[in-house]
Amino acid sequence: MAAALPLAVLVLLLLGLVGRGHAEPPRDTLREELVITPLPSGDVAATFQFRTRWDSDLQREEVSHYRLFPKALGQLISKYSLRELHLSFTQGFWRTRYWGPPFLQAPSGAELWVWFQDSVTDVDKSWKELSNVLSGIFCASLNFIDSTNTVTPTASFKPLGLANGTDHSFLRYAVLPREVVCTENLTPWKKLLPCSSKAGLSVLLKADRLFHTSYHSQAVHIRPVCRNARCTSISWELRQTLSVVYDAFVTAQGKKDWSLFRMFSRTLTEPCPLASESRVYVDITSYSQDNETLEVNPPPTTTYQDVTLGTRKTYAVYDLLDTAVINNSRNLNLQLKWKSPPENGYVHYQPAQDRLQPHLLEMLIQLPANSATKVSIQFERALLKWTEYTPDPNHGFYVSPSVLSALVPSVVAAKPVDWEESPLFKSLYPVSDSSSYFVRLYTEPLLVNLPTPDFSMPYNVICLTCTVVAVCYGSFYNLLTRTFHIEEPSTGGLAKRLANLIRRARGVPPL
Amino acid sequence: MKIKCRFQKAYRRALEHEEEALSLGSMQEAETVLAEPQKQAEGSLTVYVISENSSLLPQDMMSYIGPERTAVVRGITHREAFNIVGRRVIQVAQAMSLTEDVLAAALADHLPEDKWSSDKRRPLKSSLGYEITFSLLNPDPKSHDVHWDIEGAVRRYVQPFLSALSAAGNFSVDSQILYYAVLGVNPRFDPASSSYYLAAHSLPHVINPVESRLGSSAASLYPVLNFLLYVPELAHSPLYIQDKDGAPVPTNAFHSPRWGGIMVYNVDPKAYNASELPVRVEVDMVQVMEVFLAQLRLLFGIAQPQMPLKCLFSGSKSEGLTTWELDRLLWARSVENVATATTTLTSLAQLLGKISNIVIKDDVASEVYRAVAAVQKAAEELASGHLASAFIASQEAVTSSERAFFDPSLLHLLYFPDDQKFAIYIPLFLPMAVPILLSLVKIFLETRKSWKKPEKTD
Repeated sequence: MAAALPLAVLVLLLLGLVGRGHAEPPRDTLREELVITPLPSGDVAATFQFRTRWDSDLQREEVSHYRLFPKALGQLISKYSLRELHLSFTQGFWRTRYWGPPFLQAPSGAELWVWFQDSVTDVDKSWKELSNVLSGIFCASLNFIDSTNTVTPTASFKPLGLANGTDHSFLRYAVLPREVVCTENLTPWKKLLPCSSKAGLSVLLKADRLFHTSYHSQAVHIRPVCRNARCTSISWELRQTLSVVYDAFVTAQGKKDWSLFRMFSRTLTEPCPLASESRVYVDITSYSQDNETLEVNPPPTTTYQDVTLGTRKTYAVYDLLDTAVINNSRNLNLQLKWKSPPENGYVHYQPAQDRLQPHLLEMLIQLPANSATKVSIQFERALLKWTEYTPDPNHGFYVSPSVLSALVPSVVAAKPVDWEESPLFKSLYPVSDSSSYFVRLYTEPLLVNLPTPDFSMPYNVICLTCTVVAVCYGSFYNLLTRTFHIEEPSTGGLAKRLANLIRRARGVPPL
Repeated sequence: MKIKCRFQKAYRRALEHEEEALSLGSMQEAETVLAEPQKQAEGSLTVYVISENSSLLPQDMMSYIGPERTAVVRGITHREAFNIVGRRVIQVAQAMSLTEDVLAAALADHLPEDKWSSDKRRPLKSSLGYEITFSLLNPDPKSHDVHWDIEGAVRRYVQPFLSALSAAGNFSVDSQILYYAVLGVNPRFDPASSSYYLAAHSLPHVINPVESRLGSSAASLYPVLNFLLYVPELAHSPLYIQDKDGAPVPTNAFHSPRWGGIMVYNVDPKAYNASELPVRVEVDMVQVMEVFLAQLRLLFGIAQPQMPLKCLFSGSKSEGLTTWELDRLLWARSVENVATATTTLTSLAQLLGKISNIVIKDDVASEVYRAVAAVQKAAEELASGHLASAFIASQEAVTSSERAFFDPSLLHLLYFPDDQKFAIYIPLFLPMAVPILLSLVKIFLETRKSWKKPEKTD
């Protein structure tokens, strides 16, 4: 039902200044950054940050014009008089013990905390409306935020941006640990980016790889910042951050070689033309504990050294706006390789899949002399469906025994084995040299007693209810309504004749 | 529901200042003098009948329609003067005010399909306010660095129009720039003019992929009108829109009823010669705003009226909207609101008749009463010609009826099926019911026996 517009319909006089309007200097800037950090445990962490700074004082303008800053968030700031907004969606938990300290950690689930402006009269009403609108924008169930899971912290969560005077009655904080993060939350988050997954670093944000991780956290932070060093005027800053941690075993089958293609199944093709700065930082501080060195390919042109999170770190810098790094004919695919001295340890681990395959762990270890080595593994057994239980579930469930195969050095040199001549007990295992012998040992199987459901409960319930109703009610009813009347004796009947037969046989007088 | 519309006519002699104004030399001066002293009531028209020889109008013109609610008709000395002049007055009034077409367009949603032909365009549904969004789509930021002075253009051209239209609702305007947003249709190449074109039959498919990027408004619940300005990519420049006959459309724009409009802005090829990519493009806002404002008028259903023969039209005011066009819009909106409110209340009543489970709470009931009272008041005011109060009453009727119909408390006890009730209560009551029934049967048999006995032993 679209219709083209003939010019003859126009009957307008347009007065006022004729001619092209001059454009004002751009009032918002975009910076994007990706930090790749190899972690001590062999995994790798990638942190994206997209920062849009908007030089405008929102409160004073009625009509709003948006360029890089997304319209949906700008309208929220002006309608609900926000001072700061922090919203994050996280799946997984950051294991500080294995991975080191994080840049920005967020709780599992959804977290929303907001500072309102001093001009807001009814903070709770604005909070309720804001959480409903955000749940529509990000396709998440933030509308479950109400007074039962909202608090007003009095000491922590001070404003992260500019603030003059902090009255904590304008702060609200809520967490929904039950919220699950999935592709439907990533897609609207990506739509807020100016270059929107077509150019620059946002090309790498593909949902099928980003959710195959042990930790996934995406967040939106809005706060007012100073526009310059003297802080004469205020700008609004929007930061969108995304942190993921790739697991070495799940993604890379235990090998510790990483590349952008292996992590994101994409490479960087072109920079975002709207960004004033677009960089990739790789942490090349080498960890000296395993005598391993990290090699980055292609080699970086510049490095950056600084103290981050308490330790001195070195970063390799790749500037995407530099045509030497990336141009039309060359993609950028960073590769990280660990160069380690040859080791003779080997670990193979295959995780279990429910109802398909069990766990498998194989290790090749060298035992030091005169020592005791203890190997333990923690595992969880999932609850079965009630039709999958065996007929004797209270016996328990078995865990298969472990196997130890070893080549034990022999104190006394042995003669080589002749298969036909030597006795049978010598030719069980083939031995290549006479200085060691092969032995295979097994541990005991493990019998685990797991909670089992009571399979007789449905039957019990039916029997009990029917019995109670029938017996109690039936007897009461009969007692209340039975009437007695005299009955004449009847003269026949099969039962009486059978009884008389038996009495005659016994020699007792008949009835 | 039946609608009748009629003109209520009142005659009087011209007042002093009106005589002076009508004897002035030209129409413009007369206009300025006539318009000032009194403010005519909304929905009314004032038609002045001047003498046959008056030089106010050019010789061959019989009537004149002005931008405010005034019109001038040339008189005639003839035996049937009264009838002829009366007919001319009626023609002028119909051009400036309500006709059957306008009413049919307003009630488009409520008429059955056969009475309404689908190639007539439907105007926007009546609502308390609208949100207008101007978006600049730049699919190729590497080649084009597009700048537009949208703030100035909105201030100079759009705001005056919207403030003239402010009686019809609340308006808010904003704008955005979207990068890497492509139209859903691949344009075809035309070797004859070495340009790309979008055929008319592919235009409906253009809008859907873009709409996901436009986003919905977070700030308000009013319907959104989108006006998009598309700067085609370097590989597809220049891009023209073709109409059904294959000719390129002069304004290179099209609109979709009840949604908004799209205009394609081709970059001047001379700009590519000198400089390297990206090329700086300054959008000519006058050309763009002409098209968008005309599309906005069409979307609201403010179309060019049928001018009677030999009629001089003064042209529009500088805002782009004449007062009687606004009146016509308000008449149509009032009728539409009353129809919508009536339909909603009737549906609610039918729903209650069919599903007996629904519980109506007190506040829902009070909204229904308020809606009914507002509908009656609106109908009365419309009948007596008070446009402003009729419009306000009709808006209140629509609001109350929608609030009553969409109240969430109506759904609470909706789904309570009968077979579940049986499944719960039978296992409990059947064991109790069986002995009762048996003893009832026994009582009945005994009573019958005792009736028969006195018959026997008599």
